[in-house]
Amino acid sequence: MSQFTSSFWDFYIGLITLVSVVACAVFLKLQSVRKFAPGEAVETTGHTWDETLGEYHHPLPRWWIWLFYITIWFSLGYLVLYPGLGSWSGALGWTQVKQLEEENAEADKLFGPIYARFEKLDLKQLAANAEARAIGQKLFLNNCAQCHGSDGGGGKGFPDLTDNDWLYGGDPETIKTSIMNGRNGVMPPLGAAVGSAEDVKDVAHHVMSLSGRTHDRARAERGKSKFDTICAACHGPDGKGNQAIGSPNLTDQIWVYGSSEEAISETISKGRGTNQTAEGASVMPAHKDKLGEAKVHLLAAYVWSLSNLPGGTAPPGK
Amino acid sequence: MSNDETYNYEVVRQFAVMTVVWGVVGMLVGVLIAAQLIWPELNFGVPWLSYGRLRPLHTNAVIFAFGGSALFATSYYIVQRTCHARLFSDGLAAFTFWGWQAIIVLAAVTLPLGYTSGKEYAELEWPVDLLIAVVWVSYAIVFFGTLYKRRIEHIYVANWFFGAFIITVALLHIVNSAAVPVSFWKSYSAYAGAQDAMIQWWYGHNAVGFFLTAGFLGMMYYFIPKQAGRPVYSYRLSVVHFWALIFTYMWAGPHHLHYTALPDWAQSIGMLFSLILLAPSWGGMINGMMTLSGSWHKLRDDPILKFLVVSLSFYGMSTFEGPMMSIKTVNALSHYTDWTIGHVHSGALGWVGLVSMGSLYYLVPRLFGRNEMYSMRLINVHFWVATVGIVLYIAAMWIAGVMQGLMWRAVSPDGTLTYTFVEGVKATYPFYAIRLLGGVLYFAGMLIMAWNVAKTIAASQPADAHIPAPAHA
Repeated sequence: MSQFTSSFWDFYIGLITLVSVVACAVFLKLQSVRKFAPGEAVETTGHTWDETLGEYHHPLPRWWIWLFYITIWFSLGYLVLYPGLGSWSGALGWTQVKQLEEENAEADKLFGPIYARFEKLDLKQLAANAEARAIGQKLFLNNCAQCHGSDGGGGKGFPDLTDNDWLYGGDPETIKTSIMNGRNGVMPPLGAAVGSAEDVKDVAHHVMSLSGRTHDRARAERGKSKFDTICAACHGPDGKGNQAIGSPNLTDQIWVYGSSEEAISETISKGRGTNQTAEGASVMPAHKDKLGEAKVHLLAAYVWSLSNLPGGTAPPGK
Repeated sequence: MSNDETYNYEVVRQFAVMTVVWGVVGMLVGVLIAAQLIWPELNFGVPWLSYGRLRPLHTNAVIFAFGGSALFATSYYIVQRTCHARLFSDGLAAFTFWGWQAIIVLAAVTLPLGYTSGKEYAELEWPVDLLIAVVWVSYAIVFFGTLYKRRIEHIYVANWFFGAFIITVALLHIVNSAAVPVSFWKSYSAYAGAQDAMIQWWYGHNAVGFFLTAGFLGMMYYFIPKQAGRPVYSYRLSVVHFWALIFTYMWAGPHHLHYTALPDWAQSIGMLFSLILLAPSWGGMINGMMTLSGSWHKLRDDPILKFLVVSLSFYGMSTFEGPMMSIKTVNALSHYTDWTIGHVHSGALGWVGLVSMGSLYYLVPRLFGRNEMYSMRLINVHFWVATVGIVLYIAAMWIAGVMQGLMWRAVSPDGTLTYTFVEGVKATYPFYAIRLLGGVLYFAGMLIMAWNVAKTIAASQPADAHIPAPAHA
């Protein structure tokens, strides 16, 4: 496929490339005609700079000339076989995309049967299968650990996968859906809706009261009505959250973005996953196309096992 | 001609002294960030000292402050001596000195503060870029103005290389730095996507080719024949390798973008011209090495010649390694690994560093009216400390790089990657330690040089040489 809007540019760049490679050879040929007789004394050019600087008239070293020619011939051969001259796609028809596809196809042929064996197994069965879990763990370490940590323990903005608390549900099939299609959890910025910074703080204290954290009673009282009208829509009147839309349970001790008054106030006023906070967007990317269902199947079983079969896996990272 | 006319050594002295100063500073930052890779807490929790900000400071300091000052000093010295003419304009030359130092100070302030255009080796933001353009054009006027004033018809080969370096760097800098400013310290590249990447690496590779190669070859073509006391080996070879080098370098940039969004045809061209570049690069090495034929014995007891000749050996090694790494199959292993860092440093420490140091050891006594440096013994010590440092550094990075490449591509029988990324990092630690040791040795050599230069200067007065009448012919 041409990268240009007009085929003129293919000819233009192809011609310049070819002429340039050939010109190197012509130039070299023209500069290496003078042969020296054996034993012929080599003179200097006769010019003198800065009192002592001069130049001998030695010919080009033969081996160097050949080295130069070899690289030029190699290049001309390469340009016949591979893309390089404008839109000429090369006699071998090689492209980097084709190379990737071929290597992927080969890998699928080689490794496909291994994954096919596990594909029919139910996720809970799979989680109990040591071989499947070992593969799942390796997939996890290379694809998930960057955000969720080598042990699945998560970090700020990245959920802990070992605690049996789930934003979108913790049954194996739901976990698989999360991995396959990704999730996009957004807490909208509600600073304006709540009111002043003090109002936000009041709501924060009410939120803290829900999980039994130390809080200012008066503030929590004042914040309750705002919570009921604004926050309860997603988090529920009792603050227990809603897995159908991924809204976190506010009554437990698990806080992806921190549980301090400051952190909760920031979550309320600026939202989360909206690019307004330092962490930026909070997106769990979809892995359907990246890994394929067979691998996600193993991965889901492994992730489920982290909180349901504690000790059932070797400690990650060995 | 009047016999009492002198060369302008003032600006040469200034740049020569600052070469040593910036060498110490730039290499110290290098040692610090090498240590940070082993002990990340060495950023002391201070954003200005974080690796991501100090790394560009290191590269800018060693390339443009140390290397740049060395190039200004030697090119101003050589163009005057080989043209038998004083610099075209003393005022403009002084402006290039103060302007260049201002740029370095601005870089040293803005980079740690986090102001960056994000383009490697071109990180400085647009106001600094504008100043660079002005200083560089002034440099070109001084250099070519002096060439124009020359009293010898033929232009000495060192000046071809300096000339090509000055013209091309101006072109590279202006094209690659084209940007749309959005505030005083923030701009966006004028190009987008793959085109932006291509222009960046056209710039990046030619910064290597013209700033770090052509310019330093100019240095080599003066100081090796001078120090060896022999004519350059082959005029013909100079001609062929000069034109072939500056022509083919221009095409080599795409090898930095193998297996990326860059179209296949562009990648192929980048690889092929990188291979063709091997012979032209080696032409310079051969010409320098063969200049010594007949006086190899001088290497035994002339430490300055050791610096110059060993720098050429590293030049030859790096310019062989480069074309090999540009081959797609090799690049698939080496790209993104520490092998690249090893390659760069065999060129930077081995070639650029050693040839600059050797040249300065020749230059400094002459600029201060002495016959030689304060201590020839210390030059020898510097040479060995630096050489051992380089060997440790590049060997560690080669091994680490190949190991990383192999670990990243290793596949288990179940089709999963054998190693996680962090396991590769962990396996690299011992090599980071060896690299740090090599870097510390090289830095120690630079300190020895600073001491030697300071003692040489302290015991003497600045001296300006009279311009001799050109020899006949």
